[in-house]
Amino acid sequence: MTLELISYILGGLTIGSALMVILSSHPIRSVLYLVVTFFFISGHFILMNAQFLAVVNIIVYAGAIMVLFLFVLMLLNLNQANEPKAKNVISFSSIIGGGLLLLVILAALREGLTFNKVIQKSGTGLVEQLGNKLFTDYLVPFEISSILFISAMVGAVLLAKREKPQID
Amino acid sequence: MSPVLAATSGLSIDYYLILSTVLFSIGVIGLLSRKNMIVMLMCIELMLNSVNLLLVAFSSYFGTNDAQIFVFFIVVVAAAEATVGLSILIMAYRNNRSIDADLLNNLKG
Repeated sequence: MTLELISYILGGLTIGSALMVILSSHPIRSVLYLVVTFFFISGHFILMNAQFLAVVNIIVYAGAIMVLFLFVLMLLNLNQANEPKAKNVISFSSIIGGGLLLLVILAALREGLTFNKVIQKSGTGLVEQLGNKLFTDYLVPFEISSILFISAMVGAVLLAKREKPQID
Repeated sequence: MSPVLAATSGLSIDYYLILSTVLFSIGVIGLLSRKNMIVMLMCIELMLNSVNLLLVAFSSYFGTNDAQIFVFFIVVVAAAEATVGLSILIMAYRNNRSIDADLLNNLKG
């Protein structure tokens, strides 16, 4: 009963902080609110017995990716003064469009609502179980993802490198 | 297995369906309405994370952990995507001295 209450409160907080990401005009504040959102989503993962993913979410998303975003923001020295402002028409129509998307998805889900309880097997989300699965059934995708990482790394270095001045 | 790990939330799957749909729509609205390219990339991360939430919910709904492997791979792809996206953004900033997405309209006829 109390866990249910915790889930509802956590869901409300998640939606609230996700709204603050898109509503706050300062980009650094949006990054920090996104970190808070990821922490709340990790809380959901813990409530659903996915402990390993909760830790990975905090380490990789909140720890690495968001720090990268924050670093780029600080590097480019962006502040509120040169924040590009969207036209009123664009923000209004995007709210209409996103709201319609929400409406369509919810209307499509309405037939499928089952009110079945989430079954909780203990230990499916632990490192041992996930590692067994990852290194037997999903070994090939795991190895391919390392190729993806190398290509992303090379691409990032190549794109962000300062071009050499031309010397004739 | 220790009893702490067997905690049940007793929530229905619909709660997570609706929650992740709302989070995804918030991401879409942010992506469409903001012009700052960093905030647009962050909204993509938010959408990816809402999908992760739904995958984990269905993983514990069916009692298998295949979907959690998929979440693991989504996190991997999101990390690679964020790296390349941010380096493209730095290049765009070097060319335009701004990260306004509307300035990148050279292909407009």
